Amino acid sequence: MTRKGFLGVTGISAAVLAARKLRSVFAASGPAASPPVRWAMVIDTQKCLKKAGCIDCIAACHKVHNVPEIKDRAHEIKWVWKEPFKQAFPAQETAYTEEAYKGKPFPVLCNHCDNPPCVRVCPTKATWKREDGLVMMDWHRCIGCRYCMAACPYGSRSFNWVDPRPHLRRIDIEFPTRTKGVVEKCTFCAERLARGQAPACVQACKEQKALVFGNLADPDSDVSRLVRSRFTLRRKPGLGTNPEVYYIIG
Amino acid sequence: MFMFEQAVVGSRRYWAWVLCLLAVIGLGFLLYLQQLSYGLGITGMSRDVTWGLYIAQFTFLVGVAASAVMVVLPYYLHDYKAFGRITILGEFLAISAVTMCMLFVFVDMGQPARALNIMLYPTPNSIMFWDFVSLGGYLLLNAVIALVTLSAEHKSVPPPAWIKPVILLSIPWAISIHTVTAFLYSGLPGRSFWLTAILAPRFLASAFAAGPALLILLCMIMRRMKAFDPGPEAVRKLAVIVTYAMILNVFFLLMELFTAFYSQIPEHTEHFRYMFVGLEGHRALVGWEWASVLLAAASLLLLIVPRLRRNEKVLAAACVVTFLSLWIDKGVCLVVCGFIPSPVGAVTEYAPTLPELGITLAIWAIGCLMVTVFYKIALSVREGLAASAVH
Repeated sequence: MTRKGFLGVTGISAAVLAARKLRSVFAASGPAASPPVRWAMVIDTQKCLKKAGCIDCIAACHKVHNVPEIKDRAHEIKWVWKEPFKQAFPAQETAYTEEAYKGKPFPVLCNHCDNPPCVRVCPTKATWKREDGLVMMDWHRCIGCRYCMAACPYGSRSFNWVDPRPHLRRIDIEFPTRTKGVVEKCTFCAERLARGQAPACVQACKEQKALVFGNLADPDSDVSRLVRSRFTLRRKPGLGTNPEVYYIIG
Repeated sequence: MFMFEQAVVGSRRYWAWVLCLLAVIGLGFLLYLQQLSYGLGITGMSRDVTWGLYIAQFTFLVGVAASAVMVVLPYYLHDYKAFGRITILGEFLAISAVTMCMLFVFVDMGQPARALNIMLYPTPNSIMFWDFVSLGGYLLLNAVIALVTLSAEHKSVPPPAWIKPVILLSIPWAISIHTVTAFLYSGLPGRSFWLTAILAPRFLASAFAAGPALLILLCMIMRRMKAFDPGPEAVRKLAVIVTYAMILNVFFLLMELFTAFYSQIPEHTEHFRYMFVGLEGHRALVGWEWASVLLAAASLLLLIVPRLRRNEKVLAAACVVTFLSLWIDKGVCLVVCGFIPSPVGAVTEYAPTLPELGITLAIWAIGCLMVTVFYKIALSVREGLAASAVH
């Protein structure tokens, strides 16, 4: 064996041993320490409809995330907003349910789909899905091609057609503002979840308790119990996107 | 540089045309600077209609670029000699069209400074990544082919043998650029207007009608200017190609309409309803689409009847109506109507703004300038050869 060959073999062996050691270290503290997490939301629309004209969830979300108020409908940015039943659940209305819910607003937001088309089409991985199910946005990587907006079947994404900062009444310094030319949307309050807090919209609705948030991978969580015990709808379920926002209708 | 000296000598008429184009390009550049500082809000696009004239032009022009294959394939694969004199024109048209495509995508970006992120973070699951790869590759292939074959012609030697496989590769590659462009649209779950397997074939059919129609018109213009005559056979054969492709395109569109309206699935019919009769009183594109339909009918009539098609004046008119019909259908309606109504049923209309039109016009002017300069170079090489043959 040559000197070079010997050094090579020793080096590779050392690397393999180190890798094994590392793996055993991670295996010991790995899966056992962090049980699976799948964040999801259940919206009890009966409770939501009880407080007519309420926009607490929208106001709270848009305030903490520096979402601008742009008057021109063409350029508006919205993370959470309300749509009539027919628009939120197309093809699921009948002449009679429409009558019962006519003009009544239903909250809609990013569904944080299990199989998100927006993530599939993004050419720069500026939008991606985390292991806990959150569909995230990198506002520094987004090139503003708006392919994700064409791909999202729920109209959940907004584009900054103009500089959003002049349209902010006040800036929350805890959260970044955006620049013109990038796409944004609801993030299920990833920054609040990281601090162990509930999303801002859920927090704002704590009186009505119409919005319930939690870990669907945990069978004992509130969301798990609700989706098991109540009949729920999801938006456009036939598209195979698997939305993780569930609506209790009746 | 590559026979570029030919582009800087020319008649008064040539320079007037070039300066005219440069003026339009200059104005468009100023408008683009304005868009860059204000944002894409300067255009007519909105939260509901997120792609407009820019991306529609891109889609149409990918077809024009791909159509070069309609002269390259018969000449190189079937040794169809009549196209020998126009293959180079098809390739230069392709180079110009692909460049326009790239410019249209670029001006549509919200953050153009980050354009290279597409290469920095290559994402194979995104069709846009593959579109970038296929368009870039096609541009490179055609540039190499045009350069090598034209310099060989310039030196009166046969082109090197290695170029043949490159040319053959460019044939499936041309099909791929338009297929991938159709996949940009036809793979989106919530956009039923585009969610159809026939979109790629329809794109190709319309491309093989619009591109050769444009090539016929360019040949006629050059003959008029006594610059170049491709010969009557080449033009006649191109006209047959346009005819078949246009028939296929209309056939495919009718199949779309049958599937939508016989099944009566609302998601599939509402976009067509918006396009042909309007929705909730919104009818901005109805006139345009019907104009496209009437032009298509006129085009079929003029092209299918052999007696009409063989008359050069009628053929010129047929090519103009074919090109216009397809430009309206693909370069205006197809992209915009996919967004109307929106996924939550909102009917938001779209109309381009003046700055948007100015930028669009400037990119078309860049394309015209490229075609002018390239064709001038190609023809000057041939003229030089003809002159030296006489002496």
